[in-house]
Amino acid sequence: MSILVIAEHDNAALKAATLNTVTAATQLGEDIAVLVAGHNCGAVAEAAAQVTGVKKVLIADAPHYAHQLAENMAALVVGLASGYTHILAPATAAGKNTLPRVAALLDVAQISDVIKIDSADTFIRPIYAGNVLATVQSKDSIKVMTVRGTAFPAATATGGSAAIETVAPATDAGVSSFVGQQLTQSDRPELTAARIIVSGGRGMGNGDNFKLLEDVADKLGAAVGASRAAVDAGFVPNDYQVGQTGKVVAPTLYVAVGISGAIQHLAGMKDSKVIVAINKDEEAPIFQVADYGLVADLFAAVPELSKELDKLKAAG
Amino acid sequence: MKILVAVKRVVDYNVKVRAKADGTGVETANVKMSMNPFDEIAVEEAIRLQEAGKAKEIVAISLGVTACQDTIRTALAMGADRGILVETDAELQPLAVAKLLKAAVEKEKPDLVILGKQAIDDDANQTGQMLAALLGWPQGTFASKVELGDGTVNVTREIDGGLETVALKLPALVTTDLRLNEPRFVKLPNIMKAKKKPLEVLKPADLGVDVAPRLVTLKVQEPPKRQAGIKVGSVAELVDKLHNEAHVI
Repeated sequence: MSILVIAEHDNAALKAATLNTVTAATQLGEDIAVLVAGHNCGAVAEAAAQVTGVKKVLIADAPHYAHQLAENMAALVVGLASGYTHILAPATAAGKNTLPRVAALLDVAQISDVIKIDSADTFIRPIYAGNVLATVQSKDSIKVMTVRGTAFPAATATGGSAAIETVAPATDAGVSSFVGQQLTQSDRPELTAARIIVSGGRGMGNGDNFKLLEDVADKLGAAVGASRAAVDAGFVPNDYQVGQTGKVVAPTLYVAVGISGAIQHLAGMKDSKVIVAINKDEEAPIFQVADYGLVADLFAAVPELSKELDKLKAAG
Repeated sequence: MKILVAVKRVVDYNVKVRAKADGTGVETANVKMSMNPFDEIAVEEAIRLQEAGKAKEIVAISLGVTACQDTIRTALAMGADRGILVETDAELQPLAVAKLLKAAVEKEKPDLVILGKQAIDDDANQTGQMLAALLGWPQGTFASKVELGDGTVNVTREIDGGLETVALKLPALVTTDLRLNEPRFVKLPNIMKAKKKPLEVLKPADLGVDVAPRLVTLKVQEPPKRQAGIKVGSVAELVDKLHNEAHVI
């Protein structure tokens, strides 16, 4: 087995999802290389080389990799593919953008959102919004797959000492270019990396009321999320969305406030360790998956929760 | 400009899907089928471009069993001009679908192809990217905004931390995310009109594509159910439980 992991990064730092993907790779074999493709991304390669389990880091540094456009990334990965039995990327927006392109150019299937590795060619992945799990076997010579981060623990970011090898960039395909980006500015942790998440649904009523959740989130060091209903209603931006069509999360504690618990939302958070639901409708489906349910008006309960957290903190 | 839109017939999003007892697949007998919601957004986007005078013709294509004609008719009722069904009873995996669509693109020569970012049955999120790769076209996946220019299209994409805009040279491929638009409801007179719009039926062999699956599904099962916990009586009790019982805060 020889495994290539495509690193996710922003040219400055290695993204946490890469560490989960390395863990998935270690379940396939020991010969693990990480590809860092970017521009002025030397620091990322250094970081990848220290990840426990990584044997080799390949760095492709060129201006046309700065934003990791799928067209250019795929050409690069395909050029390197022949030496590997498995090519893995995190099942993030970036991984999902690039990897099917790689698979098609190699004329192999891609396996999406792998949550368990049964053997070198057999994997488990969720279908139908996670209501059903499919065990699939690949007949292809190279297995190309995206890995769901929440299903694998993060590899240790230090302790490794992999060699860093420079690979020649492929030519710029020249058909696409980066125009700009608007990233949500927040001091809170990222949803997919947060230990605690406080999420709001349609019951929040409007975007301003999310301030109530932000207050509680800041006291808990938590990220703020939302259901699709809250996003569709325009309360918060789409990148807050937890669910099958948004982000799939599995924090230690998930607090669902004013969220009814539609199938599509449950699919995105049901693997959380502890789930709390606060909803005034005691029939809401969210209570069927909650470890602790509180039937209450959120506009009274959330400020009270904030005060109780203060008390807890004061008590030390 | 001509736009090709791919539409898939899937189990309706309101249906609670269950695995068959023998683990060979999911229960689809007597289950309501609909157009994949992301594909509805794709059709809507094409129609809006046509209504804005930027697109001339919209062709809706589906691949699969005879009943996929219903899905194409829905697209025609929404406003697409004509339909193509690549008819087969075979299991079609994303790579095979991408190859069939590539053959259709070579025949139809659209300037823009729009697809849903993923189908809500197999949740693969692959077909658009694979088709773009096979065509050597640029791709704007997970689109929340599509702006056609002269020989180019700017696509604003939903990425993990926010939004990213890319400029693509035409011909190009776009896959839709939820916020791109809100699909229109189909009006009855349009359903009648759609019945008269042309719908061509082809076979995979006509397009010279081998659709053999590359992945074998060994087993389909439902995940372990999460058990409901307890109801607490007050916020104070909740905080106490989380601190002293669950040890998570």
